[in-house]
Amino acid sequence: MSTEALVQIRGVSYARGARAIFEAIDLEIPRGKITAILGPSGGGKTTLLRLIGGQLTPASGQVMIFGRDVNTLSTPALYAARKRMGMLFQSGALLTDLDVFDNVAFPLREHTTLSESMIRSVVLMKLEVVGLRAARHLFPRELSGGMARRVALARAIVLDPEMIMYDEPFAGQDPISMGILVRLIRELNETLGLTSIIVSHDVTETASIADQMYLIAGGKVVGHGSSAELLASQQAGVAQFMHGNPDGPMPFHYPGAPYLDDLLNPTST
Amino acid sequence: MKITRTVEIGVGLFVCLGIAALVMLSFRVANLNAVSTTHGYKVTAFFENIGSLQARAAVKMGGVLIGRVTGISYDPKRFQAVVEMRIDDAYKTIPADSSASVFTAGLLGEQYIGLDPGGADTYLTNGAEIKLTQSALVLERALQEFLYAKTAKGSESTK
Amino acid sequence: MTELLASLGRTSLASFERLGRGSLFFCAVVARLGTLLPRLELVLAQVWAVGVRSLVIIVVSGAFVGMVLALQGYNTLVTFGAAESLGVVVAKSLTRELGPVLAALLFAGRAGSALTAEIGLMRATEQLSALEMMAIDPLSRVVAPRFVAGIIALPLLAAIFTAVGIVGGYLCGVGLLGVDDGAFWSQMQSHVALGADIGNGVVVKSIIFGLVVTWIALFEGYDAIPTSEGVAAATTRTVVNSSLAVLGLDFVLTGLMFN
Repeated sequence: MSTEALVQIRGVSYARGARAIFEAIDLEIPRGKITAILGPSGGGKTTLLRLIGGQLTPASGQVMIFGRDVNTLSTPALYAARKRMGMLFQSGALLTDLDVFDNVAFPLREHTTLSESMIRSVVLMKLEVVGLRAARHLFPRELSGGMARRVALARAIVLDPEMIMYDEPFAGQDPISMGILVRLIRELNETLGLTSIIVSHDVTETASIADQMYLIAGGKVVGHGSSAELLASQQAGVAQFMHGNPDGPMPFHYPGAPYLDDLLNPTST
Repeated sequence: MKITRTVEIGVGLFVCLGIAALVMLSFRVANLNAVSTTHGYKVTAFFENIGSLQARAAVKMGGVLIGRVTGISYDPKRFQAVVEMRIDDAYKTIPADSSASVFTAGLLGEQYIGLDPGGADTYLTNGAEIKLTQSALVLERALQEFLYAKTAKGSESTK
Repeated sequence: MTELLASLGRTSLASFERLGRGSLFFCAVVARLGTLLPRLELVLAQVWAVGVRSLVIIVVSGAFVGMVLALQGYNTLVTFGAAESLGVVVAKSLTRELGPVLAALLFAGRAGSALTAEIGLMRATEQLSALEMMAIDPLSRVVAPRFVAGIIALPLLAAIFTAVGIVGGYLCGVGLLGVDDGAFWSQMQSHVALGADIGNGVVVKSIIFGLVVTWIALFEGYDAIPTSEGVAAATTRTVVNSSLAVLGLDFVLTGLMFN
């Protein structure tokens, strides 16, 4: 199985300041599949993607991408590895002073010596895929959130990567753009033979396209399996998250002293 | 940002403007074409007192700027101030027995070296010394002498 | 009392830490300057952004500062019967101090704050992270060109400020107050030295100021907390810190140059 895994995370711990984000988690992302990583907000899902991309270094454990430990790579090797992966940021992260066309062309202009006419055909092709070829002269400020994300998607695939990481692709989208994105992710994965990692807390949309899912909560992997397996799971924490129950192992209240203590003790702040 | 024609032309104009400002400052404000202190030939002169003469002060002849003072030091053997100056190569024919004096431009102006031509047939050359010198007029000393003379006169008359 | 000492210690440690990170940032940017050589058009675009766009404020302020100098200087000089020295007063104050210092302060307010806000927003909107994930080093691609552009732009702006100021002083002194035209320029020319006044003042000082202001602006932006409040606070810090740095450095440089 290990030859099949594009990304392997082994015993990774990561802390931000005193707060532990991950405690010895293990994940495996198989090649050519859509893997979803679910978890509550603030659970460090974006951090996980940054660990995979080598932007952050874990306190302990290994992050293996394309069979090599990301943190032992030299800067040129890390950059070479990053060219083989695309990342779709939650906000799109388009460069604000470039229009749609130039944003998508940006990685090509930086990394290749293609002629302007070649760049034009590649960019128009990718924009056609996301359905925004006609919007190529707009600037990021003129785009809706969903359109910005599709442009960012076109940019993420312009170098034909082997893997794409989606950071909260469905957050804050209306049902139509959500549907468009779901379809795009699935189509891209099938037609380009990509490996996809989706980080999300939108259970239904993610479950509809993911081949396998991980559920992360409290810095640990609490559930793993196919969408159907997780949805049917009887494990309390998994069931709470998958069905959106307000109370369960993950408490509604921010952890602290009991309410009664605060009421009876007026000096506490 | 995309590099447009406007940006290119704008930056070009900006750089030209900046350089033009520097050129204007060099020629119009600082007078680059005045006598420089690195060319020309060196001459020294010894003075009893140079007043407040400073390096870079003007060396003038007949009121015309012909050079600059390049260095001032004190000769502990002769108990005199040594003034080194550079004179522009354009003025090669200054008689060797010319005299140098420290003058003040106006009542409160800065001090400069004035050369008065002598009558010799030989000329000052590089490293030559100007023998005839006249010290600066120091206001305090002049006042002192004046007051001394005055009181001496006064005490004489009261006798 | 101990609390006071502790807070003083905390503040000092925090500022030392920032200074250290700022220095590392500076070294990292300088180490990447070589990567700019094949990409000079990036610098060009930034010279436009920080230089050309600061031109209006520089020219207008320069003219007014020159005219005010002439007015004030004339009042003082005329009591000593030395109104002809007005050119010297205007030119010396502008070339040695006011030109480089005021241009740097205006530059910090106009271009420095814009740089911080721009980089800070790029950080806040994940554009810098996106560049990293696209295998593009933001320090070489985004920060280094702005750094070089700042160092190029400020000396040019200071020269323009000084020249415009002297012309302003001339118009005011000669045109309005009736100082002799020839004396204004000739006195100026005999007293302003190319190396000591214009070289040290306009050129050397403003290159150093350009470096420091741009460095502070870029570091504050790069180091900003990636939220709206964080970027706003960083922009304020840029203007305050770079103004203080310019004034402090000016004192040191003046001491070194003109003594």
